[in-house]
Amino acid sequence: MQQTKHDAHHDHGHAHDHHEPGFWGKYVFSTDHKVIGIQYAVTSLIFLLLGFSLIMAMRWQLAYPGKAIPIIGGLLQKVLGDAAANGVMSADLYNAFGAMHGTIMVFLGVVPLAFAAFGNFVVPLQIGACDMAFPRINMASYQVFVIGGVIMMVSFFIPGGAAQAGWTSYSPLATVIPTQGQTFWLVGMVFLITSSLLGAVNFIATIIQMRAPGMNWMRLPFFVWAQFVTAFLLLLAFPPLEAAGIMQLMDKVAHTSFFLPTGLVVSGQIAAISGGGSPLLWQHLFWFLGHPEVYVLILPAMGIVCEVIANNTRKPIWGYKSLVYSSLAIGFLSFIVWAHHMYLTGMGTKISTFFQTTTMIISIPSVIILTCFFITLWGGSIRFNTPMLFCLSFLPMFGIGGLTGLPLGFNFSDLYLHDTYYVIAHFHYVVAPGTIFALFAGIYYWYPKATGRHMSEFWGKVHFSLSLLFMNLIFQPMFVQGLAGLNRRLYDGGATYAGLAEPAAGGMVGIPQFFLDLNKMISHAAWALALSQLPFIINFFWSIKNGKKVTSDNPWDATTLEWQTPTPPPHGNFLKEPHVYRGPYEYSVPGHSKDFTPQNEPERGASQTASAKSH
Amino acid sequence: MEIPYTVKPRPDTGLYNAKVGIWLFLASEVMLFGALFSAYILLRVGAAAGTWPHGLLNVPLGTINTLVLITSSITVVMAWVSLKLNQFGRFKVYQGVTLLCALGFLGIKSFEYKDKFSHYEIVRTDGKIVDGHLVEKTKDHVILSGHVIDPSEKVEHGSHTPEHTEITVPTAEIKKMENYGPWHSTYLAIYFTLTGLHALHVIGGAVVIGFLWGPGSKMWKTDPERFTNRIEVSGLFWHFVDLVWIFLFPVLYLL
Repeated sequence: MQQTKHDAHHDHGHAHDHHEPGFWGKYVFSTDHKVIGIQYAVTSLIFLLLGFSLIMAMRWQLAYPGKAIPIIGGLLQKVLGDAAANGVMSADLYNAFGAMHGTIMVFLGVVPLAFAAFGNFVVPLQIGACDMAFPRINMASYQVFVIGGVIMMVSFFIPGGAAQAGWTSYSPLATVIPTQGQTFWLVGMVFLITSSLLGAVNFIATIIQMRAPGMNWMRLPFFVWAQFVTAFLLLLAFPPLEAAGIMQLMDKVAHTSFFLPTGLVVSGQIAAISGGGSPLLWQHLFWFLGHPEVYVLILPAMGIVCEVIANNTRKPIWGYKSLVYSSLAIGFLSFIVWAHHMYLTGMGTKISTFFQTTTMIISIPSVIILTCFFITLWGGSIRFNTPMLFCLSFLPMFGIGGLTGLPLGFNFSDLYLHDTYYVIAHFHYVVAPGTIFALFAGIYYWYPKATGRHMSEFWGKVHFSLSLLFMNLIFQPMFVQGLAGLNRRLYDGGATYAGLAEPAAGGMVGIPQFFLDLNKMISHAAWALALSQLPFIINFFWSIKNGKKVTSDNPWDATTLEWQTPTPPPHGNFLKEPHVYRGPYEYSVPGHSKDFTPQNEPERGASQTASAKSH
Repeated sequence: MEIPYTVKPRPDTGLYNAKVGIWLFLASEVMLFGALFSAYILLRVGAAAGTWPHGLLNVPLGTINTLVLITSSITVVMAWVSLKLNQFGRFKVYQGVTLLCALGFLGIKSFEYKDKFSHYEIVRTDGKIVDGHLVEKTKDHVILSGHVIDPSEKVEHGSHTPEHTEITVPTAEIKKMENYGPWHSTYLAIYFTLTGLHALHVIGGAVVIGFLWGPGSKMWKTDPERFTNRIEVSGLFWHFVDLVWIFLFPVLYLL
């Protein structure tokens, strides 16, 4: 591995050989950004499936509370013991699955796929670099990520099971649960945060230092900008959660009281602690990461959508500069909106008002970005291939997710909606048919570059239509349930609070049966959504060997640099260093013979050198 | 394939890759310690009136440690300058002093830690508190070198240091006995967390600087410019570690 010799970090003075690396060097301990990207992609897709499986088991308990889980109930009992006695999901197991569903989906699934996988594979190619700035740190980042993931997985099998206090791990609850699941969660998180830190440093340094000649800032594809801002969010927002994690770990292991208040009563007894801690401190530090994390989830998705839409409308993106400045504005504002998750904690009306204001302001750049995409569609002759279909549905799906967030951002309406299924529906619309659809689009779009073969269009469209249908059948009814006041944390899906025929003493009427029956419908839709992923999974693996071969290095007739390499790109990417002469989205330029002009295509005639210098 | 700008700076940014990397890393470190300092502020502001302890730490020792780290900050720059002036021998001397300072700092810090872990507070069954360092502990009694506090008497804060005597407390009279570890109060919790994390940074920095001082310095012969860059980057990290202490010292020892 030649490049490690020139890596800016400490090597031990070994002489590196130049021969072809073997299997381990090529696929496992690779420093090639494309291999690392694919490692991240496969790993995080597996985690996504796992996180989805957890919720499928929970959906059984919500739809049919207290009944044995069919098919996998026996297996759960064998593997997890009493937590799933007789195949019935216990409350503890439900809590553990719920906490780990969120943790896995966010920290092990979507972020590694959106940021690490796509970023690693695409960013160096798009900026015309031969690799990342620090290839070995890149490899370390993936390895540390895997260690973190393994620790999270192991926690399912320790006595008492995995963490049970939600992915937000609010103290004191997270600290006083007498099992060690939370300790594993915290240690796992420290590894995941380290991995993300290494990745973020590497991405920013790469984008600053490794751009090809002529690739100035306003010629960067929007995807690169989105990853750049995302990397800054990860770099600066994750450390406070790491600090909070260290303090919670101290509470758990060294019996400190960072988050434990004086006079805390656990199981009817005053806890033997020094007290004096602040539960709100945890929430502040958690959401200081938690909210920028939302934009870590959505910005790379917007980047993918931008690339695919420009390519398939055959038009320049409308308002490229607005997109860039909006993403920077989002990046900045996302650091000052976190406490809108905490309106109900009694932190005071003045603070609530401040965060309500910033929350409303941050919706503006998000709307600008979405509007630019919509206007780009106007008058385009759109190619409706699988990646484009996913991106086209991203727009309204993310729109629904974003707009339903506004009532949660106002503290007066949040008082009513807080902790109901409405919240779940809102953020799942943002992340599931929003971000994950964009990620699917990215997979279908860049698959030919990574493998040299297309995924099947027909099965891609089947995957798309079924996913779109069932996503909506799952999450639309949750809005309805939430507006009816159904709390999101009920282990029996609300059966305890089922509506009474006669109003009870005190006027309590309960939740009408209709809203509880929706649970069954939602669960069936969730299982159907799982089946709808089968075409994708089979298509993904089958096409590696059997997909339609690409006929050129640039099968989508795209303008950006990743398509100007051999297919798949070799270690080092470009055959010769690319020079960039134009912006990223020069589609259908009048007077040109073809409807796309790659960024590295020189101007015709004598204007060539003048144009390259003028920027 | 060759990664560009690993040694020479990129013309338009004026930086080589590792320098960009270390500054980004330090930005993230600022957020890490920043969050812990915010926690300190919130815990202190939220503490019940009169419960936040003062004067628990040894200010002269803290001052010495501050001077030790400032000295190391100077020598780490001098080491880098020596390399720039092509004086490898002086580099060895200066960076050697940096390493000694790091060891000295850790030595003093561990002495302070030990002092806290052997410092006990005993609540007697009669409600009086015996506070002092452990002298002897047997089955029947505990001997502390310290003083007795009667919580029912109001004592002016910081009036005078009470005289230390050896006090014997029979085991039967001990209601609660606890040393001044992180579990003792939120002040000690944040003290141990902040200084512990800082000490880990000192150890990490010393390991890297030590490696580049010892076996890693072979690179001076083969690639002097790159070696100098490494000293600069590790030096930037070392300055950050010192700077954190410059904030930690007043916040924990003096305020």
